[in-house]
Amino acid sequence: MQIFCNGRQQDIDEGVTLSQLLVGLELPADTVVAEINKKIIDRDQYETLKLNQGDQVELIRFVGGG
Amino acid sequence: MSSGFKISNFTELRAQILSGTANRVSAALNKQTCSLDDLAALLSLPAEDYLPQMAARSREITAMRFGRTTQIFAPLYLSNFCVNRCAYCGFAADNNIPRKKLSLNQAEQEAEILKQRGFNHVLLVTGEAPARAGVDYLEAVVRRLKNRFAAISIEVQPLEENEYGRLFAAGVTAVAVYQETYDREIYKKIHLAGKKCDYDYRIATPARAAAAGMREIGIGALLGLADWRCEGLAIGMHLSWLRKRFWKTNFTVSFPRLRPAAGSFEPLVNVTEKNLTQLIFALRIFDPDVGLVLSTREEARYRDGMLGLGPTRYSAGSCTAPGGYSSNEHDGEQFSVGDHRTIDEVCATVSEKGFDPVRKDWDREFQK
Amino acid sequence: MLTITNSQFSSRLFVGTGKFSSAAVMKRAIIASGAQMVTVALRRVDLENPEDDIMSHIDIKKIHFLPNTSGARNATEAIRLAHLARAASGTPWLKLEVTPDPRTLLPDPVDTLKATEQLVKDGFIVLPYMNADPILALRLQDVGAAAVMPLGSPIGTNQGIQTALQVAIIIEQARVPVVVDAGIGAPSHASQAMEMGADAVLVNTAIAIADDPVRMAGAFKQAVEAGREAFEAGLGASSTTARPSSPERGRIGEQLDFIDG
Repeated sequence: MQIFCNGRQQDIDEGVTLSQLLVGLELPADTVVAEINKKIIDRDQYETLKLNQGDQVELIRFVGGG
Repeated sequence: MSSGFKISNFTELRAQILSGTANRVSAALNKQTCSLDDLAALLSLPAEDYLPQMAARSREITAMRFGRTTQIFAPLYLSNFCVNRCAYCGFAADNNIPRKKLSLNQAEQEAEILKQRGFNHVLLVTGEAPARAGVDYLEAVVRRLKNRFAAISIEVQPLEENEYGRLFAAGVTAVAVYQETYDREIYKKIHLAGKKCDYDYRIATPARAAAAGMREIGIGALLGLADWRCEGLAIGMHLSWLRKRFWKTNFTVSFPRLRPAAGSFEPLVNVTEKNLTQLIFALRIFDPDVGLVLSTREEARYRDGMLGLGPTRYSAGSCTAPGGYSSNEHDGEQFSVGDHRTIDEVCATVSEKGFDPVRKDWDREFQK
Repeated sequence: MLTITNSQFSSRLFVGTGKFSSAAVMKRAIIASGAQMVTVALRRVDLENPEDDIMSHIDIKKIHFLPNTSGARNATEAIRLAHLARAASGTPWLKLEVTPDPRTLLPDPVDTLKATEQLVKDGFIVLPYMNADPILALRLQDVGAAAVMPLGSPIGTNQGIQTALQVAIIIEQARVPVVVDAGIGAPSHASQAMEMGADAVLVNTAIAIADDPVRMAGAFKQAVEAGREAFEAGLGASSTTARPSSPERGRIGEQLDFIDG
C-alpha cells in the first residue's frame, strides 16, 4: 500500500506500524515527532499505531535555528 | 489584577529620601528618565537648593509634553452629606453644618450656570453617603448633565468596579480618589469613623476605576497630614504601579494643601508653598506625562506664578458648597478657597502669560 | 537573576543554534557563551540526508530549549508548529515567530498577537518575536506573553539596535521581561541593549558566522554581563550639550520669587 511520508510517496506493507516505519528510515523514535493526517501522534502510540493506505505522514525534528 | 498595590511604611520611605544627596539631585536633573530613587532625591532636603534648576527642567518637560496650554475646570458639589468622620474635613459627620443634596433639577441649574460661565469640564463632588448620594443618584445626575459638558469627572465615595462601569456608560470620563495620606498610621488616627477607615479598600480604588475603563484617574494626597516628602514618593510609587497595569489610562495627581474648614482642624505638619513647589517639580520630572492639578485652594499669586512650570490643570471660580453657584450661599462648604477669581479672570491671566486656557480636553461623544 | 514566568536564569544571553558550520562548533560555542537558553527550529526530516539530531548535542539538563516557529507565515501555521514543537521537546516554552515576508523576515504584528492569545490559552509559555512597537508589546503582555522579543534591526543584518528609541519605551513600560532579538551583530550592540535595561538578548548570526565562533561566544558573554552591570550600577545621563561636572547649585534657573516664604 502507499503512504506519503514528508511529501514523498512510499510503498509499505499492510500492517506496518509507525515505529517500524521509523526503523526502516533509520530514525530513532525519540528524536522525531510524527504527525499523521495533521494529527500529532503521542510517542507511546508509535509501537501500536498501524499505518493506513493514503496516510500523510510528517516526520519532524529540531534543527539549528535562531 | 491578581496582586494589589502595596506601599512601604513611611520609615522606609524616609530612609530612601534621606539617601538623597546634592550629587544625586544633580544626576537626576540630567537624566532622560527618572527612577523612583531619582524621585526620592528630588524630594530630599538637599534638593531645595536646586529649586530653580528643578523649575527649569520641569518647565521644559511640561512644554514638551503639554504644549503651551492649561486645562480649566470647575467643581460642582452635589451633596455634603457624609457618614465619615475625617478629622480634617468640613463635611465630617459630626460637624454642625447645613446639609444639602441637590435634586436633579438643582444639579442641572448649577450645571447651567457653570456652562454659561464657559466651563466645559466639571468635577462632580459628594461626601460619602451612599444611602443618599449613591450610584443610582450619580448615574441620574450624569445622564442629566452629560450633554452640556465635554468631560465629567467625579470625586465621590470609592465604588466597586461594576459601579464605575455603570457611571462610565452614563458618561463619566474620569475618577479622582485621593488617598489623603499614604501613611497607614496617621490614616488610622484621622479617619475616626465611617467606611473611609479602610485604608486598603481606598488604596485599591484607583485600580478598580481604571479596570472599569475610565479614561483618566486622579490620585493624590492631602498635604498637611504626614511627611510630604514621603507622600510624594508614595504617590510616585502608586503612579508607576498603576501605569504598568493600566497603560491605556491617563493619570493626574493633585496636591491639595489643607485649608481652614469648619471643625478647626490644625494641619499636623506645615507644608509651605516652597515645599509644594518642590513636590510639583519632582513629580513632573519623574513622570513627564502625568497631569498635575492645582486647585483654588492655592492663592492667585501662587497659581499665576506656577503657570507653565509643571501644573497642567487649574480649577477656577470654585464654590465648595452644594448649590453655591446659584445661591451665593457659602455655608456648608468643604474648604474655603484661596483664589476667588472668576473663570474669565483666570483665563485672562492664563492667556496673558502666553498659555491657551483649554476648557475641554475630550469629547465624551466619542467615548464607547 | 532573570525570571521568566517561574523560571530563573543566571545568564542573560540567549543563543540561537542556526548557521553554525558544524554541530561540534555549535556545542562548544554554547558552552563558551554560558547561555542557559538556546533556540532551535523545527523542520521536516530530510529523508534522503537526515542530519544529526540537534538535541543530542545539547545538555538539556543544563540548558533550556526554546523551540521557535520559524517559517510560519501566519497564525495558523505558527500554532501548528508550536504544538509539534511541544510534542517534540516536551516543554511548553516557545519563541513565536510569524514572518510572512520571506525577504525581510519581519514579524507580522496582527498574526503574532492572534497566535500569542491562542497559544497562551493552549498552555504555552510564549515569547513572541516582534517589531519594536511599544503598543504591540503591551498588547502582547496583556494577552499573556511571558516576555517580549523586540528586534534591534532586521534578522541577520548585524546592524545593531537601530530601534533604540522604541526599545527604550518598551523597556520602560513592560511588566514582562524584554529580550532584544535580531540585529545584534557585535558584542557592543549587546552591551548597548543591556545598558538600556533590556532583560536579555538573543544572539545567533554574529556568533555563528564569526571566524572563531567559540571566542565570539565568550566575547558576547562578557559584553552582556558588562552591560547588565552598568545598568544596575546606574549610568549617568548623556546629553547633546555640555553639562558641567562641577556642582550646579547656583546655576541660573527659573525665577521663583512669587513663592511665599
